[in-house]
Amino acid sequence: MRRILLALLALAAVAGLSFAALRKNEAEPTPLALLKERFAHKVKPSVDHTRFAQLKVAFKRPQDVTAACISCHNGRAAEVMKSSHWSWDRTEYVEGKGIRAIGKKNVLNNFCIGVSGSQQTCDKCHIGYGWADASFDLKDPLNVDCLACHDNTSTYVKAAGAAGMPDPSVDLTNVAQHVGRPQRSDCGTCHFFGGGGNNVKHGDLEKALFDPSRDVDVHMASDGVDMQCVDCHTASQHQILGKAYSLSSMNRNRVECESCHGPMPHADDVLNDHTYKVACQTCHIPTYAKVNPTKLSWDWSKAGKLKDGKPYEQKDASGTDVYMSIKGSFVWGKNLEPDYVWFDGTASHYLIGDTFDPTKPLVLNPLDGSYDDPDSKIVPVKIHRANQIYDTRNRYLIQPKLYSSHPGDGGYWGDFSWERAAEEGMKDVGLPYSGHYGFARTEMYWPLNHMIAPKEKAVSCGECHTRQGGRLAKLGGFYMPGRDRSPWVDRFGVGLLALTLVGVAVHGGARFAFRNHGQGEK
Amino acid sequence: MKRTYVYRSFERFWHWTQAALILFLAVTGFEIHGSFRFFGFDHAVHYHAVAAWSFLVLIVFAIFWHFTTGEWKQYVPTWEHLRAQADYYVFGIFRNAPHPTKKTVLSKLNPLQKLTYAGLKLLVIPGVVVSGLLYMFYRYPQRHEVLGLNVRSLQTIAVLHTAGAFLLVTFLVAHLYLMTTGHTVTSNLKAMITGYEALEPDPPPVRAESPSPSPAGGPVAALDAIAVAD
Repeated sequence: MRRILLALLALAAVAGLSFAALRKNEAEPTPLALLKERFAHKVKPSVDHTRFAQLKVAFKRPQDVTAACISCHNGRAAEVMKSSHWSWDRTEYVEGKGIRAIGKKNVLNNFCIGVSGSQQTCDKCHIGYGWADASFDLKDPLNVDCLACHDNTSTYVKAAGAAGMPDPSVDLTNVAQHVGRPQRSDCGTCHFFGGGGNNVKHGDLEKALFDPSRDVDVHMASDGVDMQCVDCHTASQHQILGKAYSLSSMNRNRVECESCHGPMPHADDVLNDHTYKVACQTCHIPTYAKVNPTKLSWDWSKAGKLKDGKPYEQKDASGTDVYMSIKGSFVWGKNLEPDYVWFDGTASHYLIGDTFDPTKPLVLNPLDGSYDDPDSKIVPVKIHRANQIYDTRNRYLIQPKLYSSHPGDGGYWGDFSWERAAEEGMKDVGLPYSGHYGFARTEMYWPLNHMIAPKEKAVSCGECHTRQGGRLAKLGGFYMPGRDRSPWVDRFGVGLLALTLVGVAVHGGARFAFRNHGQGEK
Repeated sequence: MKRTYVYRSFERFWHWTQAALILFLAVTGFEIHGSFRFFGFDHAVHYHAVAAWSFLVLIVFAIFWHFTTGEWKQYVPTWEHLRAQADYYVFGIFRNAPHPTKKTVLSKLNPLQKLTYAGLKLLVIPGVVVSGLLYMFYRYPQRHEVLGLNVRSLQTIAVLHTAGAFLLVTFLVAHLYLMTTGHTVTSNLKAMITGYEALEPDPPPVRAESPSPSPAGGPVAALDAIAVAD
């Protein structure tokens, strides 16, 4: 009987052990492995557009393509026309200013300043056909440019200075037959070149992302998961998630790392604790403008110098513009360590007509947040500084008319007269111009979200937790181990230790000197 | 002088493990403090946490040992001979005068040691342990939590922890030096390693009358003996 019991026990032990071993082999895949698997399945168009009769047409006008698209995709144009890609404004609550319709069409920046008066060129990046002035019909669905976003041939380009019309060289029929989910090449055409050139504005969005390596962007890497913009910037009814704080104010519609990776994705609890106060981007974007330089400052006051009466450009050794007669002088930077600020997801905005104090740098989009606000986290930003035109009597920024279609129309890029550009530009936005202009220092804050580095290249602990020259050296209001200390306690502690050491040395020395003294009773 | 078993095996194990842990905690702790770079900040943090937990386990065992053996009574501070002991370190030691207090199994510590160790065990180590636990479990203030439990800043906790660390390191230096002030320069060290030390064999006359003191009886037996003498 006992033998049987022992045998049973042994059997149970063996079964239990093998079960445990098998279970270990069936271990759950890590969340990261699941994400890789999810994005390894590439979306393929469910239909072959080359076979549709509606698209087997030699399109002459791009509006005809739109008509063909909406003949099947009914209702979609209406969705598009509700998006900020179309209206170039959003209804935003701006702290201290109320509810305002703001966006690309009316907010000033410190790059090319604003679109007013220059729509002919700026609206090359509008998803419509022909928004050159107020006469453009924002209600006509035929003006929607479907191809700008849905071209899958990478051949669709819009013409320069044509207010969004395609370049005459584009084979509209071919493009129309090869449409699909937006690709990096579609979004990038505009979003990588904002501000008039590659990587001018963002610093983390540039042409290197058309075909990036893993080191440049771990998500979009062509040799990696090869994610597309719309994998994160998901859309429903053409309303796309994500926005930039250069234009928007409210903490909504944001793309968040956490929505895929979860709020605490590290195996290490100490790292997870950081997520209360530190945004993912802070550690995972160690540097920006990794491949090509981004603009750090722009001095409009230097614009207007001519050679033999003609505008010119000057490039540095690497071929980057450092001076342009039409724009002024620039400072660029590459492989930059970000600046860091507290950010709660809301921003304020300088709105056209706001007066300001020109003796101090004017921040056009101050990001809100502080250590004491439980919703704020530390985020990395690019700061862009400029010297830009303002009305010295009215003490507000001037929207100059920049683009010039014919001499004498007041566009600065043709006439090189700030007086005329200010006059025409301010007429366009409907604000008085005093006739007196100067140049004011301005700053813009650009939160960095792209070009996530592989985890091996994430910012290491010691880069912030250090006394001298750490990344967060300038960020105050809180105690950080390794950086901060109480100078009093340190002074007291080091003093006490030093006194003790001296005491020990003196005492020990004296004992040695007097070692033969006395009776030596013991 | 008689070879006597003074420090039992657990006591020695506790003493040396504690010494090693405090030293290691000091090195990793002051690296976290930013005083120097050695392991690298991230490694220092993890090593410090592992050593801290080990130290806590050791403390639990040590407390158990102190109470079950009654050894805690060794550390009860006394004014008696305190002055004499201080005078010895300032004057007597240079004249090679005898120690003013006798070291016995029942009274291993001189009055200054009693005072120092009591302070260490009741103030400094608890202070460092409590601030260390608060440090370890510190959560930055956040919404959606019990607001009353939010501690605005890590500063007070960290500064207290650092101050305690300075005191412990200072103690370590003084302790290492005073170790050499036994009967010979190395007799204390040898005793803490082997457990044995040459001590005066003869107990005071009053003690002879009392029942033979067991180690577990500790200083209580000695106190009883004194009471009898009175």
